[in-house]
Amino acid sequence: MSETIQPDVTVDSRGATCPGPLMDLIGKVKKVDAGTVIELQTTDSSSSHDVPEWVNKAGHEMLDIVEHEDEGFWSVFIETTK
Amino acid sequence: MTERIVIVGGGTGGSVLTNRLTDELSAEIEAGDVEVTLVNDTPEQTYKPMFLYMAFGKKTLHDARRPLSDLVDLRHANLLIDRVTGVDTERKHLTLAKDDAGLDYDHLVLAMGADLAPDEVPGLKEGGHHFYAPDGAERLRDELANFTEGHLVLSVIGVPHMCPAAPVEFVLMADAWFRERGLRDQVEITYTYPIQRAHGIKTIADWATELFEERDINLETFFNAEEVDPDAKVLKTMEGTELDYDLLVAIPPHTGSELVSEAGLGEDGWVEVDKNTLEAKNADDVYAIGDVASLPTSKAGSVAHYAAGTLADRLASRVRGLVPTDTYDGKTICFIESGMDEATFVEFSYGDEPVVREPSQLLHWSKLAYNESYWLTARGLI
Repeated sequence: MSETIQPDVTVDSRGATCPGPLMDLIGKVKKVDAGTVIELQTTDSSSSHDVPEWVNKAGHEMLDIVEHEDEGFWSVFIETTK
Repeated sequence: MTERIVIVGGGTGGSVLTNRLTDELSAEIEAGDVEVTLVNDTPEQTYKPMFLYMAFGKKTLHDARRPLSDLVDLRHANLLIDRVTGVDTERKHLTLAKDDAGLDYDHLVLAMGADLAPDEVPGLKEGGHHFYAPDGAERLRDELANFTEGHLVLSVIGVPHMCPAAPVEFVLMADAWFRERGLRDQVEITYTYPIQRAHGIKTIADWATELFEERDINLETFFNAEEVDPDAKVLKTMEGTELDYDLLVAIPPHTGSELVSEAGLGEDGWVEVDKNTLEAKNADDVYAIGDVASLPTSKAGSVAHYAAGTLADRLASRVRGLVPTDTYDGKTICFIESGMDEATFVEFSYGDEPVVREPSQLLHWSKLAYNESYWLTARGLI
């Protein structure tokens, strides 16, 4: 169940216009150790494909994408592998 | 009792806020009810957008600096040249490098900007140049002046970074500059960006991509350099790719302030704030503006400028016992050079996609004119 994922770090990019949620996520991935679970909170619907594309390209692991319909944002969970 | 407002950082945000506040609260300050103190670790302000022009020999450091004592209304504000070494939000007290007594505050505004952290990328200091600080811009100017052939790579490494348009401007200016010198055929130019397009803002990315194609500038996306081999002149990325270069111009990693992290005000040195009220989330009576604030928009001078106007209004209301009503909506304005004699202009707020106007010589002149008149902004006038 995705609701049970407990992130080690949360990146709040809700409402981000620039540099954008994916840039915020990349900035955080650079700073954390392998095995860190990161939750990216985003109001940008394009994150649902941008983020998995980069995560796969960079060799990290996509865990889940959870939509919070009432609050109008998505939580994208990833785990760093290196 | 006197209400003490202390502003840390004498950049754009700090100087605009000081001047707007002292103007608005001059009567209260003269009556001794309010005291405004600006603390900065150097006696000068440096206007960072000049660095881009310094790299091409168009401006000097002298053009980029003014004494804070010329910019701030010293009849109504105290200017303290010292370095803040600690923030205690419980005691509402700052420790200072030179004054053991430190400084107490009732309202604290953090506006220390961003610092560069090139050491975060192994080999970057030895193998790369940049134009994000005076020494880097001066060294790059000399390197560019002597660069007659080879592969020039502009790599955006640090995210977030100051002035998000500057990397795009740099390659478009370099293209024009080498064409003017008759060297463009011997110089290959590549621009790399961390995400799947050429810029964080889609409309700017689309505009830049079209220009890059027209001007024979290579574009590499999903490119996050994590190591530089200065001997082999190779960039290595998080995505497992490599790129050879002859001259590397990098946007280095940026960091906020250790003061912020140590005070529990935010991760990575950026102050966590409400994006509309600019109030710190983790302490009372603490605010942040400019690059040190974690806002969902650009780390740009115009953001600091407009947020300072909002915060001046809110703080004036607070000290008068009124409910603050002004809010910051993310207003951001950027002139973007698209060559050596043309520029465009974008304006946006939180959540907006800006329209990129057709570049023109008039907008280029407007950007240069604004750079000259910037010191009026620092004085709180425009």
